[in-house]
Amino acid sequence: MTASLTIRGLVKEYKPGQPVLKGIDLEFDGAGLTAIIGASGTGKSTLIRCINRLVEPTAGEIIFAGEDIAKLRRGELRNARRRIGMVFQEYNLVERLSVMENLLTGRLGYTGAWQAWLRRFPAADIERSFALLETVGLASFADQRADSLSGGQRQRVGIARALMQEPRLMLADEPTSSLDPKTSVEIMTLLKEQGAAQGIPVIVNMHDVELSRRFADRIIGMKDGMVAFDGPPAELDHAMLKHIYGGEGWLH
Amino acid sequence: MNVPAPRPFRVSTGARVGFLLLALYAFYAASQLDFTWDRFITGLDNGARFIGRMFPPNFSNWELLIKGLVESLQIAVLASLGGILISLPVSLLASRNLMPSWATWPARALIAVCRSLHPVIVAIFFVKAVGFGALAGILALVVASIGFIGKLFTEAIEEISLKQVEAVRATGASFANVILFGVLPQVFSRFVGFATYQTDSNLRSSTMVGIVGAGGIGGTLFAAFQRFDYDFVCAILLSIIALIMVGEMLANLIRAVFVEGLGFGSRDGKRPAPAVPSAAKEFD
Repeated sequence: MTASLTIRGLVKEYKPGQPVLKGIDLEFDGAGLTAIIGASGTGKSTLIRCINRLVEPTAGEIIFAGEDIAKLRRGELRNARRRIGMVFQEYNLVERLSVMENLLTGRLGYTGAWQAWLRRFPAADIERSFALLETVGLASFADQRADSLSGGQRQRVGIARALMQEPRLMLADEPTSSLDPKTSVEIMTLLKEQGAAQGIPVIVNMHDVELSRRFADRIIGMKDGMVAFDGPPAELDHAMLKHIYGGEGWLH
Repeated sequence: MNVPAPRPFRVSTGARVGFLLLALYAFYAASQLDFTWDRFITGLDNGARFIGRMFPPNFSNWELLIKGLVESLQIAVLASLGGILISLPVSLLASRNLMPSWATWPARALIAVCRSLHPVIVAIFFVKAVGFGALAGILALVVASIGFIGKLFTEAIEEISLKQVEAVRATGASFANVILFGVLPQVFSRFVGFATYQTDSNLRSSTMVGIVGAGGIGGTLFAAFQRFDYDFVCAILLSIIALIMVGEMLANLIRAVFVEGLGFGSRDGKRPAPAVPSAAKEFD
């Protein structure tokens, strides 16, 4: 059972008449890791945030699990978001909560306010969070506060939080841009493994072209709010990179 | 051509004129109000007699004293509780980073109105409205609390990191859960700081509202002044000082229990910075 995501004619204008996304058409089927690359300011982040409507699209359709996310009302949107995990560049953990509480944040879509306030989460959720902490290698950190962790550890918590949602789709907005090269590889490995283990599509915004080549099954290159390249990493040649980023001195 | 080097630390002509005008006005006002050295010396004489009659303090009327102090304490605690409970939703509504303008406008107006009048004036108003006694004092201090911590709570909420809030929203959490997990952890320790400060401030104010008939030790104090029972006045003042000091210790205890006990404090286990902004002095 694979949820597919179809984006049709997606347009986003922060200021009227100045579109950041100029009609994006994309399809994501089944599992696999897709990297979105492109220069800063080409709308990568906007694209990924439109998928779960952290940014409101101006026009277009975002069909996920048979529903057009762009048209959902508040309650329906919340239900759709529960199935979309998201990982952020700056981790966006709730700093003053413990690692365990941050993981359980992933279950808030299923938890009433009173239960959440009293931290009365179902036993299954607690069990799952301990299991996920084990998976991401932070088993002994459950009671530590999030702001006491290192960058790499925080991003692991971020991924575990997203996995707590039992997502049918995983979004990651430059998950490694604040990390050192070694930790970046570890984080990408974790994202790729977990995406495969859950059998869900993973969509990752990336700055690092080499890293995307290494981990992505498919690369989407964006330029000026449009899709300039869409294909397997092997087909992404110098000419295309030059087209996407402009200039060529940096390529050698 | 020689251009003279610009002189550093030059005071502008406007500033000079301003200082001169201020000095002139101070002289004028002093002459208007009979604010002279001779007047001061006469006053000192009177003051010495007054202080002489205050000692030794007279605690023989201690039952009246205790009754007043207990009433003041109760006014302060109830007013603080009420004020905090009302301020929480009001300040949430007033926060411009979480709420649309149709919600922030009325909430901000309410806070501004509560802030604009001094507690004594509000207390007089409530004495007229609901009659003499502690109820008027409690209501007056509830209003003062909303005006003060409502504003501070709002500012605390407006300074939070929206990234953390965004992450909680992205999980499909309801609005209430976003507040509980995304907003509250970020502001909790500051809220406790503001709330204990307000309780402290209410304790002081509660000894004063009695002067206008709104209950508490203030009424006893005022009556003692009127009867020239200066030794009893002294006993009351000493008791108030003791009460305030005990209150301050209690406030520290509350902070320790709530902030450190719940793990929302600063990470290195240090006590959170005193949550008293510069504007916090005005009620004293």
